[in-house]
Amino acid sequence: MPVTTPRTAHWARFFTLFAGVLLASSLFSGAALAKDKFRVAWSIYVGWMPWGYGEQAGIVKKWGDKYGIDIEVVQINDYIESINQYTAGAFDACVMTNMDALTIPAAGGVDSTALIVGDFSNGNDGIVLKDKSTLADIKGQSVNLVELSVSHYLLARALDSIGASEQDLTVVNTSDADMVAAYASPDVTAVVTWNPLLSEILAMPNANKVFDSSRIPGEIIDMLVVNSDTLKANPKLGKALTGAWFEIMATMSKDDAAGIAARTEMAKASGTDMAGYDAQLATTKMFYNAADAVAFTQSADLVQTMAHVAKFSFDHGLLGEGAADAGFIGMAFPGGKTLGDGANTKLRFDATYMQLAADGKL
Amino acid sequence: MKRLINLRPSRSTGILLGLLPFVVLLVVYLAGSQARLADNPNDKLLPAFSSLGDAVERMALEPSKRSGDILLWTDTAASLQRLGLGVGISALIGLVFGVALGTVPYLRAGLSPLVSSLSLIPPLALLPILFIVFGLGELSKVVLIVFGVAPFIIRDLQQRAQELPAELLVKAQTLGASTWQIILRVVVPQLLPRLLDAVRLSLGAAWLFLIAAEAIAATDGLGYRIFLVRRYLAMDVVLPYVVWITLLAYLTDLLLRIASRRAFRWYHQLNGEGN
Repeated sequence: MPVTTPRTAHWARFFTLFAGVLLASSLFSGAALAKDKFRVAWSIYVGWMPWGYGEQAGIVKKWGDKYGIDIEVVQINDYIESINQYTAGAFDACVMTNMDALTIPAAGGVDSTALIVGDFSNGNDGIVLKDKSTLADIKGQSVNLVELSVSHYLLARALDSIGASEQDLTVVNTSDADMVAAYASPDVTAVVTWNPLLSEILAMPNANKVFDSSRIPGEIIDMLVVNSDTLKANPKLGKALTGAWFEIMATMSKDDAAGIAARTEMAKASGTDMAGYDAQLATTKMFYNAADAVAFTQSADLVQTMAHVAKFSFDHGLLGEGAADAGFIGMAFPGGKTLGDGANTKLRFDATYMQLAADGKL
Repeated sequence: MKRLINLRPSRSTGILLGLLPFVVLLVVYLAGSQARLADNPNDKLLPAFSSLGDAVERMALEPSKRSGDILLWTDTAASLQRLGLGVGISALIGLVFGVALGTVPYLRAGLSPLVSSLSLIPPLALLPILFIVFGLGELSKVVLIVFGVAPFIIRDLQQRAQELPAELLVKAQTLGASTWQIILRVVVPQLLPRLLDAVRLSLGAAWLFLIAAEAIAATDGLGYRIFLVRRYLAMDVVLPYVVWITLLAYLTDLLLRIASRRAFRWYHQLNGEGN
């Protein structure tokens, strides 16, 4: 007796083929080629709200049209997921911090370029102790934070500054979504987090900020990262994105009607009001001026910062098991400066496009 | 009659057919992995089997550089302890309340609406409240599992107790048994195998709540590890952990099934499952 009739066999074959093609097509990454459609991912954070505004106000579209390309700006609700999607090849560009750029796409072998250095945290990330008022009191406590994030990095740098180490305390991985609720529970006595959670926690009784990112200025950097191969094959993408960004910067930095309207939109999109958003901007050093961003990217301090970040990442196993030392992943900076293994350069800081913006050549 | 619904595969064909989807999945994975690795040898999304093997060796056999523990086992122990406590407490609560509500109409009238309402609350929505009330430690994780699982078991056992043939209870009463004796000698023995059934059915939900709780705040556990290494896209660790959790879930279910068959042979014969 036949197991299946020819007709069902045909359907079965068709179905396996179909499912296989579907799965395979979602798993294979596309090679970087010259193209005219691009996808940019962003997530909610004070320094990245301009992307949402730029999309909504049509500024990104305007600059895309100028260079004859189509740029789709997509908001992703989960920050890490957006970086993972970028690393997997679903997006051509994505917003992320300098540390995550090194440990996720670069460590994952995706050659990435920091196209726009948008801002650095200047008090937006902080360490809060309940009932205690000095950093040294953190020793022996359980500290709630998003493990392996910039909060963790901030904690490591803070401990460096008082000659302590992570061995002196217990790190408890806590989801950022639950950080505020966690702080409200009696057994949580120390947290490291970022705004707007930080200001919400500081508003609670007995909360003392004992360290914040203004003590390590310029080390937690928010940037727009683009796939290096895509950028190389499509300089238009770099020009359009940089042009759009600094147009938004120029608009939002002014206190005229247009600037206030822009910041109000961004405030609304991030779930706060204009006063709340301005408070977050106050602890964020935005590079409204392209020339400032260029100077920051070209400075020797950035190399020093990335050396700290690479060491932290290596110590925590974030560079992968194949990494022999902190220099496993090479980084390139403007002016031919490099860090780490030049043969494995995966993260590039490039001021070319921001320089074009500063010179008004976009 | 030759109809598709009447055609039965032989035993060996059946096994082969069952394996086929797994083989297809493996082949698709391998093809995808190779294509991505050819493109970018450092790709982390679909690691090759060799790097999966390395990760398993690292997690399951070698002590961690930072803590000196063997991570897979400490994670497994922590998770199984939470799961065991949560499900065990739920089973106990389920048995006590299920029997009480199923046999005593006054208790049923008083408590049944409350239990029904509680069972309708999505437990994950309660998480922020649980954290504030019970803290971020072990207690809130166990309580989350109990909250998610116990009302289901209570309702199921109550239903089963009400389904017991009235003749059984009448017979016990004509033999002079008191309520207490009937509960201890008739209802509880009848319900124990059904309790095991309910526990087996609720294990899936228990795992869900366990992983969710560990993802939010923890220092160890299987869910903790998956959500931690996700931060740097270490799929070489995530994929083996998912397979390991699946295997653990399968083994717990198998053990419960065997235990039930050993301990309550009469029940399985009654249900026509044979020996």
